[in-house]
Amino acid sequence: MTVLFGMFLLTLLVISAIGIVRARNLFVAVMLTGIFSLLMAANFFILDAADVALTEAAVGAGVSTVLLLGALALIPPNENRSKRVRWLVVSVVTLTAITLGYATFENPRLGDPEAPVHQHVAPWYLEQTPVLIDIPNVVTAVLGSYRGYDTLGEVLVVLTAGIGVLFLLGLPGAYGGRKTEDVARGRTYLSHHLVPQVVGQLLIPFIILFALYVQFHGEYGPGGGFQAGAIFAAALILFALIQGEREALTLIPPRVLVVLMATGALLYGSVGVLTMLLGANFLEYGVLSSDPVKGQQWGIILIELGVGISVASVLLAIYHAFAARGR
Amino acid sequence: MGMYYVAAVAIFLTMILALARALLGPLVYDRVLAVNMFGTKTVLLLSVVAFLYGRPDFLDLALAYALINFIGVLAVLQFFQNRRGEALNSNIDTTPPDGH
Amino acid sequence: MQLWLDILSWILLSGGGLFVLIGGIGIIRLPDLYTRMHAASLTDTMGTVMILVGIMVQAGLSLASFKLAAITVFLLLTGPTATYALANAAMLAGRHPKDVEMPPDLPEDLRL
Repeated sequence: MTVLFGMFLLTLLVISAIGIVRARNLFVAVMLTGIFSLLMAANFFILDAADVALTEAAVGAGVSTVLLLGALALIPPNENRSKRVRWLVVSVVTLTAITLGYATFENPRLGDPEAPVHQHVAPWYLEQTPVLIDIPNVVTAVLGSYRGYDTLGEVLVVLTAGIGVLFLLGLPGAYGGRKTEDVARGRTYLSHHLVPQVVGQLLIPFIILFALYVQFHGEYGPGGGFQAGAIFAAALILFALIQGEREALTLIPPRVLVVLMATGALLYGSVGVLTMLLGANFLEYGVLSSDPVKGQQWGIILIELGVGISVASVLLAIYHAFAARGR
Repeated sequence: MGMYYVAAVAIFLTMILALARALLGPLVYDRVLAVNMFGTKTVLLLSVVAFLYGRPDFLDLALAYALINFIGVLAVLQFFQNRRGEALNSNIDTTPPDGH
Repeated sequence: MQLWLDILSWILLSGGGLFVLIGGIGIIRLPDLYTRMHAASLTDTMGTVMILVGIMVQAGLSLASFKLAAITVFLLLTGPTATYALANAAMLAGRHPKDVEMPPDLPEDLRL
């Protein structure tokens, strides 16, 4: 049954991918990219990877589409397509695709317990998590504790992306010389219409509450810092869409946003330094409390908080960098 | 158990039809409509499959997506209107509202 | 009792699936943007409510039902709003319902 659903979804994925490549108007391409992300999220869901599906839905289909649209607002709408067929490109792509397709013939069957990936550390993680960390969601245990360095790297990558965008585009009120007062006040199309305003204002508190739920529930079900940060940023983007760019920049001033971006990563790193000061290795959470298991749980909560703060502020800062430009 | 399959198949077929409209629809607004519908169908599909697999704690995904879908549609309309508004105001050769 | 609940769920889920499918067919077959919006949004809402209530009946009184109720409320709130925003945007952009081609053999009093 999984295979059947998977085949359906993958076929639709190929069709939408072809649609994206063939579309000449970039708005159409962005719409289809939204559908592509949704199909990927459904695919991950069918393969029982709930955390990844939630992240893909929140980031890929939600915030990413909005950011692409913000970028599109700054450029001409149609793609400049070259007339000649570039044979070198076509042949390299085709060769790579054929090689990858051939390589997948050697893949183990879906869910095969004898597969190499299920042999070495995976059984150890599954057995030891109830003993060492005692949280139901093993994914969070792996990404928070066993592979904590990786996640620190991911947060730093997100921070770097935010810094890069701020360098390129500037943020009125923080970088680039423009002031927040220069951004045009509430000129959005949506702020003139009552129905989206009222419904949006009703929904924003619930979305924020849901983001907090996802953040702190990450140990018990699908969730965690990345998903929560994306949902939180989506709530504030909704506010910016309804009320206007200037109001949104007044709500969370750009300088605060920039400081928050770094605070998240700093929080994560500080937990590691704290554990070192308490006598253990970097990011060895066991020493954070008298009971090593409780210490692990505390450590995971703190680093997830750092991840959530960083992701939310970076996504929001990138959105403002695009949306406040050119007004 | 079988009832979930029936609903899931119906939702799948509708997703295919919505995708077709997103690929065909001459106007951009047709495509936005199709993407919105695709999003709601995804929420339904996630709920049904969550129960099909006997994992009700996966409903968080459906809830998250229901909220995010709305924001995505509003964002598209906002940015598209802004673009049309600027073009109309400044005498630039405006792109037609069609998206080919 | 369980049998009645199962029958109710069957009816709701199949009915919801049917509505959803009708919406999908409508969005392909209908001629104009506004008629398609009509098909999409009405059947969306009805299908959503039926399918989610059908699942809620099966789940009984539990956290899952509460989450399903929350999803239903959100979809009921945001679906019509998105349709309103879309229709408004299309009107403002200049796409009017009168622009659709009428079939030539339509009687006079039925023309838009």
